[in-house]
Amino acid sequence: MQRAGAVLLAAALASGAAAAAPRGDAKKGEEIYSRCLACHALAYDRTGPRHCGLFGRKAGSVPGFAYSEAMKHSKIVWNAKTLDRFIADPMKTVPGTAMGYAGVKDPRERADLIAYLEAANQGPECKGVK
Amino acid sequence: MSSFFAFANDPVLAARRRGFLKSSSGLLLTGTAIAMLSGREALAAGKAKGHDAEGDVRILNTALGAEQEAIAAYQVGAESGLLQKPVLDLAVTFQGHHKEHAAVLAKTIEKLGGKPVAPKAKYTFPVEKLKTQNDVLGFAASLEKGAVSAYLGAIPVFHDRDLAKAAGSILGDEAMHWAILRNALGEPPVPAAFVS
Repeated sequence: MQRAGAVLLAAALASGAAAAAPRGDAKKGEEIYSRCLACHALAYDRTGPRHCGLFGRKAGSVPGFAYSEAMKHSKIVWNAKTLDRFIADPMKTVPGTAMGYAGVKDPRERADLIAYLEAANQGPECKGVK
Repeated sequence: MSSFFAFANDPVLAARRRGFLKSSSGLLLTGTAIAMLSGREALAAGKAKGHDAEGDVRILNTALGAEQEAIAAYQVGAESGLLQKPVLDLAVTFQGHHKEHAAVLAKTIEKLGGKPVAPKAKYTFPVEKLKTQNDVLGFAASLEKGAVSAYLGAIPVFHDRDLAKAAGSILGDEAMHWAILRNALGEPPVPAAFVS
């Protein structure tokens, strides 16, 4: 009985962990990234900053890009966790951000998008781009 | 495909194109756009204040920056020598729409007490990847799809619902651009029942 309880607890924890951070599918994420293409590109700055070199970058730090004061002072360092929070609700996460966008509300879509960004950062388009 | 673009031979549009080729500053604001602007009078008079108006101005300025970039992108496409008539005419027509969007956005920002962002002195585009007419159309389609998503994401966050309505009006136009560009590429023009 005790063992069965432990198994159930472990399953519940595993399922909770999966719900908190679903494993992303980079291929599906590429399609989701197409929503970002009015303002962003991987390798060069547009209305929004480039995404090559994103992971480990301090928010608001791409040289020459005109960030909002809010983003410059956000003290965020981009990783899967901070990206997930920001993409879910950019304007709530960084009030005053120039990214006037409601956010990607589906955790699965965010995971896919982040998986794509991670893969793209390892790909040829980001080679040599920081 | 040529029959699909038959409207590009419309004499009124042709006159607009000539105007575009002479000067990029000759904008024609549609009745809808003017109505949108007149709706902003109440807003400028104090309907939205403080943080609400400030937030809306920020969203509008981001949209304006993207519209200015779209104008520049269509200019690159039009001058690339890769677009053949009537596709070239289509690109010029769509560029004209983006100019109208940008003009309305800039005027609305001013009416709200904000300062419209200026177009960048230089834009970066993946010109090394644009070798054929289809490459240019595909690039334009990706920008238009992105614009649809951007306006879709902006509509819920405007404090002023009239601005959300205006953004919806622009979204509809960008969606039509995207569909026609997809059709020109031989892709299903409307790939799904919903946009995201």
